[in-house]
Parts: sequence; C-alpha cells; structure tokens
Amino acid sequence: MRYAETGYNLEVDLSRGSIERVETDPRETELHLGGLGANAKILWDRVPPETDPFAPENLLIFSAGILVGTPAPSANRTIVSTFSPQTKLMAYSMMGGFFAPELKYAGYDKIIIRGQSPKLVYLWVSNDKVEIRDASHLQGKGAGDAAELIKKELNEPKAQIASIGLAGENRVFYASIEQGRSSASRGGVGAVMGDKGLKAIAVRGTKDVNIARPAPFIGLCNDVLNYIKFRSTHPIPGVPAILSGLGSPQEMAIHDESWHTENFAWGNARHRRKGFWTKEVEEDWRDTQENARERLISCYNCPMKCGATIAVPDTPTYMMKCYSKLTYAMGAMSDLKFGFKIAQQATEYGVDAFSAPQTMAFAIELYEAGILTDADMPGFPTGNEDRFYWLLDKIVRREGIGDILADGTYWAAQRIGKGADAFAHNNIKKHEQLPLKLGMLNPLYFLMYSTGEKIGITQIEGQFPQAPFNTMEEREEFVKDWFQVPDEKFKKYFLDWEPRGENSNPYYPTVEMSCEIVDWMEKMHYIDDAAGICAGLSSFPLKPPYHMHNYPLLLSAATGFDIDEARLSQIARRNRTLIRAINVRRGLRRADEKPPEDHWKKRFPELEEKLLDAYYKFKGWNSEGIPTKESLHELAMDYVSEDLERRGILKNEG
Amino acid sequence: MKVKKKIKTIKVVADKCNGCRACEMICSAFHASPKYSSNNPERSRIRVIRDPLSDIYLPVYAGEYTPAECMGRDKYVLDGKEYGECAFCRASCPSRSLFKEPDSGLPLKCDMCEDDPSQETPLCVQWCVNEALVYEEREEEIDDGSEALGDMETGVASLVDKYGLEKILDTVARMSASRKD
Ligand code: SF4
Ligand code: SF4
Ligand code: SF4
Repeated sequence: MRYAETGYNLEVDLSRGSIERVETDPRETELHLGGLGANAKILWDRVPPETDPFAPENLLIFSAGILVGTPAPSANRTIVSTFSPQTKLMAYSMMGGFFAPELKYAGYDKIIIRGQSPKLVYLWVSNDKVEIRDASHLQGKGAGDAAELIKKELNEPKAQIASIGLAGENRVFYASIEQGRSSASRGGVGAVMGDKGLKAIAVRGTKDVNIARPAPFIGLCNDVLNYIKFRSTHPIPGVPAILSGLGSPQEMAIHDESWHTENFAWGNARHRRKGFWTKEVEEDWRDTQENARERLISCYNCPMKCGATIAVPDTPTYMMKCYSKLTYAMGAMSDLKFGFKIAQQATEYGVDAFSAPQTMAFAIELYEAGILTDADMPGFPTGNEDRFYWLLDKIVRREGIGDILADGTYWAAQRIGKGADAFAHNNIKKHEQLPLKLGMLNPLYFLMYSTGEKIGITQIEGQFPQAPFNTMEEREEFVKDWFQVPDEKFKKYFLDWEPRGENSNPYYPTVEMSCEIVDWMEKMHYIDDAAGICAGLSSFPLKPPYHMHNYPLLLSAATGFDIDEARLSQIARRNRTLIRAINVRRGLRRADEKPPEDHWKKRFPELEEKLLDAYYKFKGWNSEGIPTKESLHELAMDYVSEDLERRGILKNEG
Repeated sequence: MKVKKKIKTIKVVADKCNGCRACEMICSAFHASPKYSSNNPERSRIRVIRDPLSDIYLPVYAGEYTPAECMGRDKYVLDGKEYGECAFCRASCPSRSLFKEPDSGLPLKCDMCEDDPSQETPLCVQWCVNEALVYEEREEEIDDGSEALGDMETGVASLVDKYGLEKILDTVARMSASRKD
C-alpha cells in the first residue's frame, strides 16, 4: 500500500481525447516527495526546453502535495505547474481551497494535461470515472459562474472545481485558475489552461487517504493544532499587526490598513502616500469592509480564516482572499469600495490581482505621458475608476489596446515602444511584482528578489523578521521562544541586527549570514510546496507551527519513509536545484537575476555582486547561477548535468 | 422505574462555522481501524452542508438509520437563505447518499466518540478550533427502556431492509461455507 500519496496520476491527452490512470514510481517520491518537486521532475523529463508554453507538448500539471488529504492542518495545496507564456520559464502557482484534497480522495496525486482540445471542454473526475465533456455552453462564462453551472449539470454539489474565465480562454498572459475562495494566479497558468481548450476540472472523491504510522502522526498533528491555538492568543509584539499572527496576511479580518496603504506604492507602483491613513479614511474603510464581508472562510482542514465572502450592492456575491482587496484600489488611486467592486469582475474574468491592476495603472501612465493616445484607445474614459473597468474589459477580450496589454507590462512595453519600457519598471524576470519601493537596500531581500524562482516575494520570504527590532529587550523577548530556528546561530544574527550603525543594512547581516538566512527561508517554502502545506501556517509567517524540527517527523510518520532533518534538507535542495536547472535550460542566467532598478533608493552594486557570488556558491551553482556538476552529483541528479553538458550549458571538465 | 441518563449535546453554532471540514476529516480518521490509519470525509458522521455563495454553513450529525424515506420532503428558508431538501434531517435515508459508507452503503451514525477508547470530548469538537461545535453534558432522569440497537445490528437491519431477510441469510450461509474450504 502507498501511504500519504495515492500512487496514481491521471494522464489526460486533450488532442486525442485519451485518459489514463498511471501508477507512479515510489522511488521518485523518496527523491522529490510530491507537489512541486514531483511536478518539476515530470517537466524536466517530458517537456523539452524549446517547447513554447502554448504548444500542445507543454504540460499543465495539477498536483496535490504529499500531505494533502491527511489530517495535517492546512495540507490543502494544489500546485499548478507548467511553462509561463509571460516569463517563458517554469510557472509556479499554488492554490488553497478544497481541490487538492478532493483529488486525493478521488484516488490521484496529480492530473497531467497535455495536448489541445479542438473545442472547449471540461474534465469530470469522479473516483475511477473520468470524462472529457463538452463545455461549449460555458464559453465566455465567468470562472465562478461556470463552476456553479457544472455542479448543477452534474448534480454534484460536493464537487470541487477549478476553472478559468474569459481571460484564460483568451490566453491573457496573467490569467488565473479560480477555485472558489482560492486561485492559482501567478505566471499565467490560466492562459495555458485556456490554450489547451480546458474550461474547468471538476473533482469528486470518496476514497481513503492512508497513513503509515497513525499514532505518532496524529500526535504531531495535534501539536500543530495546539500551537496554532497558542499563537492565536499570543501575537508577536513589535511588528505590524498584519505580521503578528499566522495565516496568509489577515486582510479580510483586519481593517487597519495603515501599513499597506502608507508603505506600499500606489498607481503604477509609484507613489508612497505617507499620512494617507487618516481617521476619516479609517472609518470609511472599516465601514465598507464590515458591510461587504459576509463571513470569514477557510480552506480545507484549516482553522485560520484568510478568505471572505464579499457582497457589495449591485454586485454578485464572491469570495476574496487576502491581497486583492488592495491591489485594484491602490492601482487606481481609489478606495476600498471600488476595490471590492472591481475585484468581483476581475475574479470572474480570472486574472492575477497583482499583474492586472499593475498593467492597467501602467496603461494610464502611458496615456498621460502621451505614449498611448486616443487613437490607440478610442473612447478611453476620464476618471481612474472608469478607466480601470474599461481596460479590464478590453484586456480580457484582447480587444484593441487590450490585446497588447494582455501580455503584461514587459511585453506590452516592447510592442508599444516609444520609451514605454521605462514605465514597465516593476518587473523581475518579466513578471509584475508587489508594488513596494523602499529606501535602504536589505541584503536578505536583495538575494530573495534576485534569485527567487517563484518570482513573487511572498513565496520565498518568511521565518526571519523583515527588519531589526529597535531595542535589545525586544529582541531578547523575540528569540526566547523562537524554537523554529534550525540552528541557534540565527538567534544571534537577529540579536545583533541593529536599525542603525555598523550592524545595520546593507552590510549586516553579513554576506555569509545573508546566504544562510535566505537559504533557510527558501528551504521552508520548498518543503511546504512538496508537502502541500499552506505557507500561511509554515514558511511565510514568523514562528509558525510547521518548522524544520517537526516536519521530518510528520513526513516520516505519514509516508513510512525515514526522513530526518538532513535528508529533508537534501530533498528540498534537490527540488530547488532541479527547478533552477529547468530554467537554466530555458535560458535563465545571472543577468536576469535582479530586483527592479528602483526597488531601493540606495543601491550598492559592489556589495550586490558579492552577495550574488556568495549565494550562488552556497547553493552549489557556478558564477552564472548554473548548478555545478559536483552539486548535481551530490543530489543524485547526474542526469541533469549530463543533459546540461550535452547542450553545452555546463562545460564538461571530466 | 427511573434511571439517570447522561445527555450529551453538541451545540452547533453555525454562525461560527467557516466551512473548513476539519470535523469531517477527524471523525473519519478516528473511526478508521486502526485508529487514524486513514481518513475519508465521506465516511464521517458529521457533514457540513456548505454553499459559500449563499452563506450556508450547516454542520449536520448522522442520526438514526431509516429504512424508508418520509412521505414528503421539507425545505427551509431562514434569514432569506434557502436550504436544500431535508438539509436539517440527520437520518441515513434511502433518499440520499448522506451518512452511508461509500463502499458498502451501510448507514453511519454519530456515536459521540464513545468508541474505544472513549473520548472525553468528541473529536469533531476538539478539532473545531472556531468553536462552532461546543460540547455539553448533563444528567436527566428517564424511564428505563430497552437498549438501543448496537452498531452491527443497525447495519444488519439496514441490509435486511434493502435485500430481504432471506437473501441475507443465504449470503451469510454461502460466505461461511466458502470460508471453511
Ligand atoms: S492559513 Fe489561510 S490560506 Fe492557509 S490554508 Fe489556512 S485558511 Fe487557507
Ligand atoms: S470544524 Fe467547525 S468550523 Fe470547520 S467545518 Fe466543522 S463545524 Fe465548521
Ligand atoms: S461526535 Fe465523534 S462520532 Fe460524532 S460526528 Fe463528532 S467525531 Fe464523529
């Protein structure tokens, strides 16, 4: 018997209309666990680097992490992997909600989609019964509407559905895959789904998920649950409210947005608005939120409530998760009422809530600068809010200027020319970033922004505080019960970190310390993504219930493998290195690894080079960021170095 | 004759439910054998009727097995929200798939986690961190009556209802014969 995982993948070829249930090799599980790591192995093996993201040969994988469907709290992540039309690299998007556990209960670890259907279809998976069904009647329907219609026609209210909206159907480069209260938004995974002619996947499962060593496993799960309860009554003092608790940022619960609205940049990631959060604004936003929010809601088997059902006048009820609350409001220089209203449409169309508002704000800037004109945008309204609605509509339909903007700011700037690229200023590896513009370079964030392969900062940061604490007392208080550190030295790094003076940014944490801290933070994300645990209870917040000390025990008890800390670190490193190799094979090099030019006012080119050199070395990569033959050998991935040598990417020195 | 009986109540504060389904998961894990060796919400003795867009969150406990469905169905509208047919009913009933083992179709019934080892607080309550499920106990004096049917008897009774006593006896005879070979 297989434990924690089901041991089966579903292989669907939409060109041929074939469906196969395929047993997987347990040795792969031992090497990569599941989720992201397993996806990476499949993409490495089966998608040659020349493959266009919109080619039938590209795969679209929906994968449940290895702990998904077990009693481990928040083990509910669906890891969607493919190649991104926007970055051309491996796309990397995850969603919470209820889809992945249902897939496990249906008896599958993954659904692997290849080919292209000649007409729009959806996939219906009900335990062993799997069908490709006509979806022509769902064409143009909103992602949520389509899901509701599918549930009705299948007469399966308990089915879990992942679907795309108009943006995905029209291959908007930042189209999302929506699933009730969650979505896989980054990297344009929805565009690939649309390109494959797949409107939705509906899943219903009624089988068991098995645990190898039940007694220790449930004990560990109870510990996790108890620690969550403890943390809910013990928020971390000395950090902004939004960083003090567990879960994704508690945007739906908390109405105090002073931190985001005053520290993050508005418009096209341009304007900091110090003093924005006045008493009147606070009252207005609080009332708006309280009136709109019907209920706080959670994902499968998780006690946190990071999402909410939102109902605003004249707008259908919808579900929202954390940050989309602010991105449209701030992109349009508007307010929360507008944010809630337009987010409903955007969710139905299915677009990423970072890239979409940023691209629209970018278009408004170009228009104001005279680079885009009335000839390009006939009928462009005057107010910002109307402009956002107008642009959103054009983009998801790829109509007129919308066809260009649908490719995101980087590609749109290339096509528009006339200096437009100066306005596409907030990208890393061609992908729009959080709108954040700061003063002094932070060495940890420099490394994370530069080298992160998930191309979103929230998918690599966590664990280590974002800024030093002012007084030694506060720091000592913080490290007292900081048992999550994998090594005591991290406490010392933090204690010695000062807001000013010698031990402050950018030269402290030192280059060596920065490498270690960033590696730790990143490692925890890679473990979560293989396990299918939500980052909100693990790699993202400070002092989480999942950490380097209980993870090996949980994974061992669930799977029956013997995984200690060293072996788990090795697996995380293997998965991380494999993704690097996949992207290197598609052309990623050191020159691509840089934060937006204007992310910090104060930059230190020499130090930055040093940081990158040291970090690459620490990771076992050469000065171009390519994994070395030796490090690949240590990770039992000689097949990767052989391939890279054959392609002349690694020099054969043997 | 009067006897003392412990009345166990789970207060369902539906307003606090966030739809996480931890209760379903842990109930099925607790009742797996060996304990916690597997889980499958479909085997749970509590199910959450969940329709987020209508703001419907209704945890329902599995009650008695019934051989025949009611003469008619009921449908509630509360606070403007329309609940599905028979939503509030706890029965394992032939009219629906709710509260039945997925493989055998045998009825499921909440046993308040009195299974061995008996739990002080039911598992679903322990795992509902949001306190949508609250456990309460009190004593009451009642008339001494006969014992309720045990788990196995309920199961067999439902099979009898479905297939008829004769068929069941035949099957049992055949099975015991083949076991002997
Ligand atoms: S912490 Fe929040 S986002 Fe994560 S699983 Fe729980 S409810 Fe979902
Ligand atoms: S555990 Fe509690 S909050 Fe979660 S679904 Fe069950 S009753 Fe609702
Ligand atoms: S009380 Fe026990 S048996 Fe009843 S639903 Fe809750 S967990 Fe299941």
